[in-house]
Amino acid sequence: MNNFIDIFEQYDWDVVKASIYRKTAADVRRALSTEKPTLEDFKALISPAAAPFLEEMAQLSRAATLKRFGKVIQMYVPLYLSNECNNICTYCGFSLDNKVKRKTLNPIEIMQEVARIKEMGYDHVLLVTGEHNLHVDVAYFKSVLQLIKPHFASIAMEVQPLEVEDYEVLKPYGLSTVLVYQETYHKEDYKKHHPKGKKSNFKYRLETPERIGAAGIHKMGLGVLIGLEDWRTDVFFTALHLSFLERKYWKSKYSISFPRLRPFSGGLAPKVEMSDAELVQLICAYRIFNKELELSISTRESESFRNNIVKLGITSISAGSKTNPGGYAVDPQSLEQFEISDERSPKEIAAMIAAQGYEAVWKDWDNCLMS
Amino acid sequence: MLKIADRSFTSRLFTGTGKFSDSSIMEAALLASETELVTVALKRVSLDHTGSDDLMRHLGASHLNLLPNTSGVRTAKEAVFAAQLAREALETNWIKLEIHPDPKYLLPDPIETLKATEELAKLGFIVLPYIHADPVLCKRLEDVGTAAVMPLGAPIGSNKGLRTLDFLEIIIDQSNVPVIVDAGIGSPSHAAWAMELGADAVLVNTAIAVSADPVNMAHAFKLAVEAGRMAFEAKLAPTFSHAVASSPLTSFLDE
Repeated sequence: MNNFIDIFEQYDWDVVKASIYRKTAADVRRALSTEKPTLEDFKALISPAAAPFLEEMAQLSRAATLKRFGKVIQMYVPLYLSNECNNICTYCGFSLDNKVKRKTLNPIEIMQEVARIKEMGYDHVLLVTGEHNLHVDVAYFKSVLQLIKPHFASIAMEVQPLEVEDYEVLKPYGLSTVLVYQETYHKEDYKKHHPKGKKSNFKYRLETPERIGAAGIHKMGLGVLIGLEDWRTDVFFTALHLSFLERKYWKSKYSISFPRLRPFSGGLAPKVEMSDAELVQLICAYRIFNKELELSISTRESESFRNNIVKLGITSISAGSKTNPGGYAVDPQSLEQFEISDERSPKEIAAMIAAQGYEAVWKDWDNCLMS
Repeated sequence: MLKIADRSFTSRLFTGTGKFSDSSIMEAALLASETELVTVALKRVSLDHTGSDDLMRHLGASHLNLLPNTSGVRTAKEAVFAAQLAREALETNWIKLEIHPDPKYLLPDPIETLKATEELAKLGFIVLPYIHADPVLCKRLEDVGTAAVMPLGAPIGSNKGLRTLDFLEIIIDQSNVPVIVDAGIGSPSHAAWAMELGADAVLVNTAIAVSADPVNMAHAFKLAVEAGRMAFEAKLAPTFSHAVASSPLTSFLDE
């Protein structure tokens, strides 16, 4: 099996879902006591049967995270470059059919934003755009990377899926991480939520991590948008995808996010709600399943929740985020992609992290080390 | 069933043909082991098709697939040449790649092995390289088209068991090709252990050939490999260690 699509097509959503909901306390106990949990163990850990084991999972998750990552939490921040988008996504504030003022930052504006981000203490940044091949194409990304590379130790990107050659072109300009979320692995629902635009091509998106891996990008981020479909089934497929990728692209690092659908003006209400306890369960399940995985949490989550999960297994946290292009300096009042829940500054977050005996890290890779 | 390249194997015990006191005992031992893949040092086979070769006459059973090895060569170049000779002489494109420039410990040269694997794979060989238990080397070999990897458990002929345990576990965990633990397996319990870890097969030679009773030892290895594989498939019961209870991490959820 050389391509994920071949593996993916052997699975039936409903069968997987049923098998997760059939897991028992005995399955959970086995998953908690084995050194190398399998995908079946992961199913048990994310199943309803694992709910009573939450504290035990948290202890294991914490211990495994400390062992691998130590007492540090990576800080990250997005820089939204553009909200131009040709896609319709039912859950997104930048959707083509959403009436917002469209904006793509020019070089002067980008540098104003960069200055603010640097002031906050960050030495790396996550570039974010919508998908619009006229306004935000590979040439634009290249020019932005060239512009900001001298100011950051490393740069991550969360933009439309690109071709292998595109990633290869951008790599020498300082691109070390690419995030691309599948949103949901439920093929039919994916189509419903992405009725128009290049993003409606489920298969092309599903194959993107393999293109990122083939281009030799150092780190890639995966995940689903929690709330679109049954989250347990969706995260099983994420884990399946991850397991495949780890074997094929063994030189890459992997990170996972678990964004819960947040309200935005005129947006979709989640089909499936995930409670705080369930999100804790998921974080711990990922950690127990994969000891090396980076787990990140964004400002979508509330203050109190974020305070309490620092010790639970996550490895990176954003702070001070703005989800609108120009949000830091150029045009702070423009419409956001989604609402921020935790509005504390990066310094406050770093202090909160320090109070728990951890160190906030603002830089973790330097492009000057890259050939 | 184990599959390597286009061939399937019922037996996960691969054997060798060296070090036996005579060819008849070797043949009896190989039959008792029920092995289906037997490695033969090219340097021991007469390459002139005369049919007079004593060793080869005892390897005639139809279920015995031959796996010529390049033992004795010291460089990638010599290995490629040896593999081509083997293909001619034994009419198989399977090759066990062994490149050990060091005659004392017979330790494989990873750099020459990688080079030779790449070249032989391009020439259409099914390459099974004998290597150190080096997980990164295994991935590099996958990249260049190896059919399997054969990491060593301990120095060849040493019978010391799975001294490279931690690295074998990593290799098994991340491999996309069959993992055959080669070298160092000195007793059936070692073989069973390797199989319990999830190795796809083991290769045993010295421990059978040099035993006081090679035929019974071969049978013992057969049983051990089967038991180990069965245990792997049945999934071992966990060794249990309790998480150390400390201050609760999840009580905030009840607030």
